[in-house]
Amino acid sequence: MSSFQTTDLNQSNRRKESLVRILLGMVTLTLIIPVGIILVTLIAKSEGTFSWAFFSEFPRNSMTEGGIFPALVGTLWLVAVALLASVPFGVAAAIYLSEYAEDTALTRAINLAIINLAGVPSIVHALFGVGAFVLFFEFGTSILAASLTMAVMTLPVVIVATRESLQAVPQPFREACWNMGATRWQTIWRIVLPNSISGILTGVILEVSRTVGETAPIMFTGAALFLPFLPTSVYDQTMAMSLHLYVISTQVPDVPEGLPYGVALTLIAIVMILNSVSIGFRTYLRGKKKW
Amino acid sequence: MTSTKVELAHRASANAAALYRGRAWWVDRVAQGVVFLGGLSAIVFILSIFIFVAKEGLGFMVADLNIKEFLTSPEWRPTEDSPTYGILALMAGTASVTGLAMLIAVPFSLGAAIYIGEFATGKTREVLKVLVELLAAIPSVVWGFIGLSIMNPLIMELFDVPVGLNVLNAGVILGLMAAPIMTTIAEDALKAVPDSYREAAEALGATRWQVIFKVVLPSAKKGLVAAILLGVGRGFGETMAVLMATGHAINLPTSPFDSVCAMTATIAAELGETAQGSPHYQVLFAIGISLFLITFVINMAADVFVRGGLRMRSKKA
Repeated sequence: MSSFQTTDLNQSNRRKESLVRILLGMVTLTLIIPVGIILVTLIAKSEGTFSWAFFSEFPRNSMTEGGIFPALVGTLWLVAVALLASVPFGVAAAIYLSEYAEDTALTRAINLAIINLAGVPSIVHALFGVGAFVLFFEFGTSILAASLTMAVMTLPVVIVATRESLQAVPQPFREACWNMGATRWQTIWRIVLPNSISGILTGVILEVSRTVGETAPIMFTGAALFLPFLPTSVYDQTMAMSLHLYVISTQVPDVPEGLPYGVALTLIAIVMILNSVSIGFRTYLRGKKKW
Repeated sequence: MTSTKVELAHRASANAAALYRGRAWWVDRVAQGVVFLGGLSAIVFILSIFIFVAKEGLGFMVADLNIKEFLTSPEWRPTEDSPTYGILALMAGTASVTGLAMLIAVPFSLGAAIYIGEFATGKTREVLKVLVELLAAIPSVVWGFIGLSIMNPLIMELFDVPVGLNVLNAGVILGLMAAPIMTTIAEDALKAVPDSYREAAEALGATRWQVIFKVVLPSAKKGLVAAILLGVGRGFGETMAVLMATGHAINLPTSPFDSVCAMTATIAAELGETAQGSPHYQVLFAIGISLFLITFVINMAADVFVRGGLRMRSKKA
């Protein structure tokens, strides 16, 4: 570089460039910093709320005291049933799109359907859940109806993540297998899926995180404001973390200030941990891959 | 997936092998059928969403719907003796909140995408990308709670207004919610611009900023438009955060400090109180159908832009 002379034009350009860089860096930080401040506020205000009892007790005294135990258990139920319903559909759809589908009108229609499933407002999914699962299939307001509603809603998450990890398996792997006389399915089952299973898993973790936070789709399909007992089957209603936060921060009078902050922080913590695990897993896999 | 030569040869040999239909052949057939059904399920689900929501709202749309009143009257009084069902105020609420959110989210998310995609390097870039992804994961009910408990007193104090639950509050919350998603999509669009473009411009003596402004941004234009459209769709369909932060009062807003009521939030707030099959219940489903159709159009438009962007990449790369 020393053999070049720095001209005035060059210098002014460079100044302009570093100005732009600083400006854009600040823009990026203004997206992140408010959330940091919010997190700190949540932590500060929920001080003293957390104890073993907070996680292990039922709410008492019309939800102004006690813990969040039934909401935690309910969210587990909802997530588990939703996963059971959506993962088989999602993985099958992804296998079809990645391994079988040609560039036809039908494939394009499937892709558009996936985009729209992801883009339809959550409250419309809720209306669908009411119309289809609660009323038409007569599941009533139940864990089953709520979980199926969320399964349809989060299906695109599984499909997209699975399709990506299937497509990351190099084509020569498949060709080598075909040349050995294996059928298409044998190739998928023995070669493609084992090589992409961890990528599929990161997608499933992301779906869990989405499902934990969703509120609107379960409000009218199976989540209850308050129940003094735990659900025993998928036909029961249940409490849920996300709806509990909505209820105690808007519907219940005289809730001590720390309680909703504690619930909000717990919810954020669950989601953040799940997403961090998913991201960490993804980074680890990227480092490990040898092709 | 494009067919390779090996793949075609494999198919030919598979056809020949079809003469001996052993167990493996049948398993292969059945598996293909099953995953095909899985693929179709996405189409089945999106159609059934439309059908089931329309079915519940159909009675109202056929019998009582006065299109002119529905779309142009600001009077939303579904519970009175002679109810009126005008959603103009609800649409105005949704539009004002989404509009303000985009005023905030568009410049910030595009700026952040440019910084992360074009300026940041190595560790900084990875950390920023992870942070943006984590921001996008915060549930909407938590954002609503933040609007309710942190933004509300803040706005009352800063602007000396009696109520802090208004267009400004929900707009800022929604902007913060939409920005991370838009940043991620916009950054993908920037990444899709081939490096050879940048190298060519740099070889001509362009500075980094000139490369970005004159070469990268114009080439990524369609993907960036798609990012903005998807952000609009997201803001439009957001329910819980908007329900909790707007103050939920029927209003044609004239200032950012007016409380409003969004279409999505109205459904969420009122569905639980209506009797199944009543006109009020059905009109809420009619609003749901409108929401479905509007987001459908937005998503389609975004897809057209994304596809346009991809075509450019495959042609020129």
